[in-house]
Amino acid sequence: MANIMIRKNDQGGLVFYLPKRDLEDNISSIEFDSPEKWGGEIKLANGGSYYIEPQVPPERLPVTIRAKRLDAPD
Amino acid sequence: MSNLTREETDALIQEVLEVYPEKAKKDRAKHLAVNDQSVTQSKKCITSNRKSLPGVMTIRGCAYAGSRGVVWGPVKDMIHISHGPVGCGQYSRGGRRNYYVGTTGVNTFAEINFTSDFQEKDIVFGGDKKLAKAMEEIEGLFPLNKGISVQSECPIGLIGDDIEAVSKKAAAQYNKVVVPVRCEGFRGVSQSLGHHIANDAIRDYVLSNRDGKEFEGTPYDVTIIGDYNIGGDAWASRIFLEEMGLRVIAQWSGDGTIAEMENTPKAKLNLLHCYRSMNYISRHMEEKYGIPWMEYNFFGPTKIEESLRRIAAFFDDKIKEGAERVIAKYKPMMQAVVDKYKPRLQGKRVMLYIGGLRPRHVIGAYEDLGMEVVGTGYEFAHNDDYDRTIQEMGNATLLYDDVTGFELEEFVKRIKPDLVGSGIKEKYIYQKMGIPFRQMHSWDYSGPYHGYDGFAIFARDMDMTLNNPCWGKQTPPWKKTEATEEVKAAA
Ligand code: SF4
Repeated sequence: MANIMIRKNDQGGLVFYLPKRDLEDNISSIEFDSPEKWGGEIKLANGGSYYIEPQVPPERLPVTIRAKRLDAPD
Repeated sequence: MSNLTREETDALIQEVLEVYPEKAKKDRAKHLAVNDQSVTQSKKCITSNRKSLPGVMTIRGCAYAGSRGVVWGPVKDMIHISHGPVGCGQYSRGGRRNYYVGTTGVNTFAEINFTSDFQEKDIVFGGDKKLAKAMEEIEGLFPLNKGISVQSECPIGLIGDDIEAVSKKAAAQYNKVVVPVRCEGFRGVSQSLGHHIANDAIRDYVLSNRDGKEFEGTPYDVTIIGDYNIGGDAWASRIFLEEMGLRVIAQWSGDGTIAEMENTPKAKLNLLHCYRSMNYISRHMEEKYGIPWMEYNFFGPTKIEESLRRIAAFFDDKIKEGAERVIAKYKPMMQAVVDKYKPRLQGKRVMLYIGGLRPRHVIGAYEDLGMEVVGTGYEFAHNDDYDRTIQEMGNATLLYDDVTGFELEEFVKRIKPDLVGSGIKEKYIYQKMGIPFRQMHSWDYSGPYHGYDGFAIFARDMDMTLNNPCWGKQTPPWKKTEATEEVKAAA
């Protein structure tokens, strides 16, 4: 489990940021993205994936949340 | 010499790597790459932010240098104690020429070296008492200081001193900001972690100090973050930001004050210059206070124009018009600079090896002068920096991360650039090799290089260095033969 930060980029896409490792990457997909349920498995452009406990969508971005690493490319 | 092709550059890297033992070779190979603009993920071609190999000559600094020297050092109205032995502080004391206004020793202190000067007995018995004493002396001698930061050197972490407790007590006693920074030199692989730790210290001890307090804001309040005012850089940037109608309420940290830092959360937009050293705090402010941040580049007119328009896009029409007005105003001046120097610099090739943001940001300024950057690299970048660099560099140019003294020298010998831009440790080696060199960390005692005013100085300095008659006088007259003359003519 690690703290990650999710923010929006200029193009409106979601960006993943892991402060501990200074890893910044675009999020290519997020499992749940509806007004009631948000989170689940997120896939990164570099091929890695993380898991966020599904929850109600954050009121505003950026937001820091706990995430579990499922699969990282290196 | 014409530019190398992709295969030739690849071969060059292989050739340079030949001298290393097998294991070192494998490791270093990951840090050297041929640029390929089609790659969007830098980690596919270059590895960065890893421990330097023992035995090679690296140019990196330590975490303490990143915090004391870069981030905290320029905050002018605070006193930064280099906590530990005296030596570390000597080299991080205003050497970067972070200009500031004020009377040094009275109300500003950036150029003075404060240290707790550890001796053997402090290592054995602990230095907390000494630190408290140092703060007491500071209060007595420099009553106009606005705060103190404790910059830990290696021994502090090793002997386990409790600088947090001492700082807390002092803060209550003197009613000032006292910031303990755990930036011991052994943390991390380079100065980069020091920036991060320093940012975290600002977050924990400074940023929220004025939350909820009254502030007379305007809708046009911005801050300049990550400009260290080297040779006056931040001033040269600020001047036209204000001209376009914005109000700069804080400068971090060149010519900066603790009050400005505390006011930063009141800004409408954080303008981030050095992404590497201050993105952390910008991200934090975006999350906590909802202040957007934007990276800008004020090197050379093309990039300035681009940046100004992007900054203006955050605001209303008044600022947008202001930006256009500023761009139009400086256009003829910049054209005059280009007209004067471009013919003298056109087609010249440059290799850079610097830190922070410059290896990618100055590329535009060189291109404005008709020059080309054929190799670039960072001392302490992370992957996100290279992500941003790949797009700026031409195809088949060379990228090198944490390059060793040997590698850079070999690259320069083969690529034969017309100009090398790097630090003071490289300067004399290349000048003796007969290659024009600019010290690009603190602008070779010149500057500013940011902004419109800076570009004029930048262009002049490059011309002055490149077209200096001394480069033609490397061979003494009595050693000159017909042959060397011919070689000169051909080159
Ligand atoms: S590595 Fe440690 S001892 Fe060396 S300069 Fe940095 S803080 Fe000082």
